[in-house]
Amino acid sequence: MAGSIPASAMIKQLTASESFSSMPPQAESFSALIWKRFKRHRLALISAGVLLLMTALVFAAPLSRYSATEQDPVNKFERPSAEHWFGTDELGRDVFTRILYGGQVSLAVGTFSTLFSLMLGIVVGALSGYYGGWIDNLLMRITDTFLIMPVVFVLILFSALLRELPALADLRSSVWLVIIAISVFAWMWPARIARGLFLVLREREFVSASRALGASDFRLIFMRILPNSIGPLLVSATLEMAFAIITESGLSYLGFGVQPPTPSWGNILESAQIHVYRAPWLAVFPGLMIFITVIAINFIGDGLRDAFDPYVVHEK
Amino acid sequence: MSTYITRRVLQAIPLMLLLSIFLFAVVRLMPGGPLAQAERNPNVTPEQLAAMRVRLGLDQPLPVQYVKWMRAFVLEGDWGYSIKFRRPVAEMIWERLPATLLLFGFSFLVTILIAIPVGIYSAIKPYSFFDNLITTLSFAGQSVPVYWFGLILILVFYLTLQNPFSEGPMFPAGGMYTIGKEENFLDLLWHLVLPIAATSVGWVAWYSRFLRSSMRDVLNEDFIRTARAKGLPMRMVHFKHGLRNALLPLVTLMALDLPSVFGGAVFIETIFSWPGMGRLFWDAARGRDYPILLATVMIEAALILFFNLVADILYGWLDPRIRYD
Repeated sequence: MAGSIPASAMIKQLTASESFSSMPPQAESFSALIWKRFKRHRLALISAGVLLLMTALVFAAPLSRYSATEQDPVNKFERPSAEHWFGTDELGRDVFTRILYGGQVSLAVGTFSTLFSLMLGIVVGALSGYYGGWIDNLLMRITDTFLIMPVVFVLILFSALLRELPALADLRSSVWLVIIAISVFAWMWPARIARGLFLVLREREFVSASRALGASDFRLIFMRILPNSIGPLLVSATLEMAFAIITESGLSYLGFGVQPPTPSWGNILESAQIHVYRAPWLAVFPGLMIFITVIAINFIGDGLRDAFDPYVVHEK
Repeated sequence: MSTYITRRVLQAIPLMLLLSIFLFAVVRLMPGGPLAQAERNPNVTPEQLAAMRVRLGLDQPLPVQYVKWMRAFVLEGDWGYSIKFRRPVAEMIWERLPATLLLFGFSFLVTILIAIPVGIYSAIKPYSFFDNLITTLSFAGQSVPVYWFGLILILVFYLTLQNPFSEGPMFPAGGMYTIGKEENFLDLLWHLVLPIAATSVGWVAWYSRFLRSSMRDVLNEDFIRTARAKGLPMRMVHFKHGLRNALLPLVTLMALDLPSVFGGAVFIETIFSWPGMGRLFWDAARGRDYPILLATVMIEAALILFFNLVADILYGWLDPRIRYD
């Protein structure tokens, strides 16, 4: 085990424990430190709670006594009441239940799109920043090309096309198509961030030390540099997640995202829009859920940014 | 300066080429391609189909087709024919472009008029009551989905509130002019209020936050301390020394933001029935009118590159340290 610790780190540890003899022998772990700093951001902490609660609520949807798809035309367009908390829609379906099921889809699309776009972005950014030269040049030109595309326009075009490819016919109404489409157009920002981090970190002593010990490029990229870039990448993950949720709902709202009968916050809002004059409450609730989720994610991102930034002193 | 602009334009060409190859490939991956509709039509004989294929050049290898398409697009301004409307796409886009530029020009103006003073105030008095209020509001502004906010605006200002001067709603929910009335500027402004409000709220939130942090960075610099030590009035320090330097990164941010700004047009124009490019694109996407889709994305990307160049030139004008040579 001890053999895997770079020599420079061992030396640093020794000198550190000698010069700060007042410090406890067992230093705080990195994640404990970050958590401690994160907790100081009150709104971020509350937001984390809200997001957890939202997730729990959404996955408790089967507990509702209504179904997301079963129609009840006699009771259509009912106002919010004790019976139907958010009212009923044009087919008499309970809006609250539909929003819970839609939330499962929206949160899943947000999570997976974030995961995929982040992975793709990190690989592109890592190769670019680590190797430099023509690899960097090529990858960054491709990144630039994606960055000048008007996002929503190409997303609509791309998701319409994905749906018509014969090879993907079985997936035509699948949520995975939406996830793929969003990931393909969201990897550029983490790629740029990762590239910047790798450019700086590859010159650092701990990387040289590791290289001198014979570590492979793969090991240097993924075991040495990547763990040291975790802070900014986590912050960018929150931005990605906010983007993915807003984009999924937007696409579904325009009719190019999640396809009915699968409910998502976006396509619930789409069908609500048609009836906005008759039943305005239908439009209020799904959007409110998107809004609350995204603002919570943004506050968490802000909290993480502060927690990972050693220069932030909490003035107040 | 002119050599710099030439160089930047030359740098933009490979980007546009890459984008056009990408778009061309995506559209050609479509099953059936441009003849899909004719193929489904029972009245079209196989001989006629073959003739159409030859006439449209679809029997030639893909690279040849691509070069032909690009040449027609750039040199002859031939952007193809709309499948649905049977009209030249170029004509349709030139019809719609002014409405989009008008809406976004006005929204941009409103954004600057609000975001800059708010950002300055927040930076000068950080963690004051006003600053904290703005911080919270700006998080809300950044997080609110524009399509939902637009609907809520319609609910409040069109369906609920009455206009105090005339019968009817406070603000119209769609269109550029009142139907059946003579077109005049006041009527246009009245129709612009809600779309501008929906567009600007996110920008104001984002830009005022950005200006606040960039201005706070600048105000911590040595030359600001020097200016204060010289006994310059604070107003001079903040506006002449601070603001000018703090605005620089904002210009870049605005240019980088353009792709999402144009994207927002699809939502705003759909909700408010605004006859612009976004609405045209959405209608075309529903009808799978690929010539329109291709041309719109190309034009939007060209506009984005153009405004990026404008931002770079502005940057040099704002910051004399930057030399173009």
